[in-house]
Amino acid sequence: MTNITNQTRRDFIKTSAVAGGGLALGFYLPGSVSNVQAAEAAMPNSWVRITPDNTVTILVARSEMGQGVATSMPLLVAEELEVDFTKVKIEFAPPGEVYINSLLGGQLTGGSTSVRDAWEKLRKAGASARLMLVAAAAAQWGVPAAQCSASMGVITGPGGKKLTYGQVAAAAATQEVPKDVPLKPVSQFKLVGKATQKRVDTPAKVRGDSMFGIDTRLPGMLYAAVAMSPVIGGKVASYDDTRAKAMPGVRAVVQYSRGVAVVADSYWQAKKAKDLLEVEWDGGANAGLSMGKLWAGLRTASKQPGAVFRESGDADGALAGATKTITSTYQLPFLSHSPMEPQNTTAHVTADKALIITPTQFQQLIPHVVGGATGLKPEQVEVRTTYLGGGFGRRVEVDYAIDAAEISKLAGNVPVKMIWSREDDMTHDSYRPAGLFTLTAGLDANNKPVAVRFHSTSPSISARLFPSIVKDGIDPFAVEGIDNFPYAVPNLKFTYQMHDTGVTVGYWRAVSHNLNAVALECFVDELAHAAGKDPLQYRLDNVSLGQEKHKWSGLSAGVAVGQRMKVVLEQVRQKSGWDTPLPKGRGRGVAVMEGYNSVIAMVVEVTASANFDVSVDRVVAVVDAGPLIHPDQALAQMQGTINFGQSACMYGEITVKNGAVEQGNFDQYRVVRMNESPKSIEVHFLPFAEGQPPGGLGEPGTAVVQPAIANAIFAATGKRLHRLPFTPEHIRSA
Amino acid sequence: MAISFVVNGKSQSVDVAPDTPLLWVLRDTLGMVGTKFGCGKALCGACTVHLNGMAIRSCQTPVGSVAGQKVTTVEGLNNNNVQKAWVALDVPQCGYCQPGQMMSASALLAANRNPSDADIDAAMSGNICRCGTYPRIRAAIKAAAKMA
Repeated sequence: MTNITNQTRRDFIKTSAVAGGGLALGFYLPGSVSNVQAAEAAMPNSWVRITPDNTVTILVARSEMGQGVATSMPLLVAEELEVDFTKVKIEFAPPGEVYINSLLGGQLTGGSTSVRDAWEKLRKAGASARLMLVAAAAAQWGVPAAQCSASMGVITGPGGKKLTYGQVAAAAATQEVPKDVPLKPVSQFKLVGKATQKRVDTPAKVRGDSMFGIDTRLPGMLYAAVAMSPVIGGKVASYDDTRAKAMPGVRAVVQYSRGVAVVADSYWQAKKAKDLLEVEWDGGANAGLSMGKLWAGLRTASKQPGAVFRESGDADGALAGATKTITSTYQLPFLSHSPMEPQNTTAHVTADKALIITPTQFQQLIPHVVGGATGLKPEQVEVRTTYLGGGFGRRVEVDYAIDAAEISKLAGNVPVKMIWSREDDMTHDSYRPAGLFTLTAGLDANNKPVAVRFHSTSPSISARLFPSIVKDGIDPFAVEGIDNFPYAVPNLKFTYQMHDTGVTVGYWRAVSHNLNAVALECFVDELAHAAGKDPLQYRLDNVSLGQEKHKWSGLSAGVAVGQRMKVVLEQVRQKSGWDTPLPKGRGRGVAVMEGYNSVIAMVVEVTASANFDVSVDRVVAVVDAGPLIHPDQALAQMQGTINFGQSACMYGEITVKNGAVEQGNFDQYRVVRMNESPKSIEVHFLPFAEGQPPGGLGEPGTAVVQPAIANAIFAATGKRLHRLPFTPEHIRSA
Repeated sequence: MAISFVVNGKSQSVDVAPDTPLLWVLRDTLGMVGTKFGCGKALCGACTVHLNGMAIRSCQTPVGSVAGQKVTTVEGLNNNNVQKAWVALDVPQCGYCQPGQMMSASALLAANRNPSDADIDAAMSGNICRCGTYPRIRAAIKAAAKMA
């Protein structure tokens, strides 16, 4: 992932014969000669594979973690390929240059980029394959290709002659790859954008079939349970495995890079023996870390000037000359991803190869890190991606795949399934960064904002994972959701102060939108209140209709979205009944955001009890996300992100004491349950404009719902919240 | 010593320590992986199965305690109305928690053929879904109730 924002690299197309005869077609990105050779050597890695028995397989190069890529991406291919979608087989792609996500520069699932990246690329893949199949049939008949047509996997020629895709697949593989691949207009789509489309993976998921990483089984496989340092980053000092080794079923106890593993005939035997390990830990630098010290460190760091990432006019001068200034600092905690499937990997490392079967969002990285950990070359590492029991960014990390590979090797080159307990998972996460977010506005005599100063202090995720994208003190993933500040204010100065707290931080669904946009949309509500204005009308009045471009947030629209924002705000006003009053104890809040080129406005209704217990009753969202590939699952992503954001802002907080994460399970890290989920979630998708590309939907809703809830709590209670989560204690003390 | 019980109508005999949780016997010994490990402490509901028709958390149920009794897992729902409704409404996202959700929902509907929202809240709040499929789960339970 060396290039986050470069979308300009051209895609190339290559074909080759599938083993056994047939057509395989894929794209790869141009690069060094070795890259080209790698792509050719890996040619069964492709988007479309057709075999003589008419089996059409579409490969999915993104990880299915619930967001629906196993359906949406094949739909794009099939739309142009002209096949019976109900008969298409789906396979997850192995790592390969060909599968790099152009928006992220790696074969990586994240950033709500899957359909944004695939929108043209996969339709072209389908269309190219179809053109080659038609050309092969035309050649066999000796007629011009223009006289042939394709539908449902069958090519029809002059006089009604027919050949199936399977019959011409081998010949099609030798056809020249078409240079110009015209695509159907959206109005002629038969598969994409249809309300009735079902997910391809639902029946298997409802049957309870084996499909997740944790379900993996290999012949002769053993199970591993692990002990890892409770202190973040700690190491094994010494250990006594006498009692553990005496337990039934135990085959080996091994020390690996970050812990001690018990390998046994069954998981439960491994787990019981693991509980009897006596390990002395060397906590290292974090041993004395607790929240008081950690927040003090962030507060001290926040006094640094930070790196400027957006500036216009003279914000400091305008603030000095303002009639009134308003300042608020928002304090946001660490959060855990906690997907329902705890981290796990099945690994079989031998002298000359490794097999890694894992629920991962970043399969491309695994051969390199597993190779590094085992002494193998990357090309000796085979990676199979399973279905993921949730991801949310946690499985961008490859730590657990490395651990399993080490354990397999150390235990004697045996196949091992390593399963983390929930406690392992929650205490060894890469957490959503905590941080301090200070906003200052200067108002003129009419309470109009003349200047806004934004200063954030938080750890950088990319500094650890992808340091090459951090430039001049700015992590692009730390400034998203504020770099695209959407309001018309003449004087702006936005700064980011990186500060490492010692707690490992990672990409968490919607990443810094959940920090920056949450703070901003809470603050805008405060400005509206100060101006005596309705908060929704205030946003409408102040949205910028200018054409300013923002520099840093590579996954956002990149251009001004003021007009789109006005439309979603006006629509959400109507759809939510914003102007009808609510009874005492209830309140409505609004928030709006552009992220991942989707523009979303939400109105939330809450009820607050006298004790400040808050229930989220109703959420109304208006979404401008361009064309929807799979409308019902676009809706599902909005429903899901609303619940996910609600968990974060109502309950979510990870804390450390003496360097160890204090929350180990769902009794200590509370998430939304059925009885707490909003009783009503209404999502309205706007029609898309001609030529408008799709926006991402896997994440942004998460960030919009949180300030909308905060603002609704203010409306219900008069309490302005500056500290998350919105627990009764935090509301009472606000 | 072997422990015998009935899973989805079929007698099974397993030779494991009696304190082994039913969850791991189902998954590792019997190879029925539809029942999921989520928390290990009966906090999330991913491991829900039926014991003599009642929804229980198999991660906290020693296999020794189910000797001679009837266990039903997601593999034994036999495409019941809950599963049909789950498919009709495309409930699952990642799908990991859904076997547990469907086991809880099936037990609810067996006891209450027309559950209210409050009944659904009470029966389903032990099952966590991180993807946030709750609106569809609620709708699917109501749809399944109508099929009965």
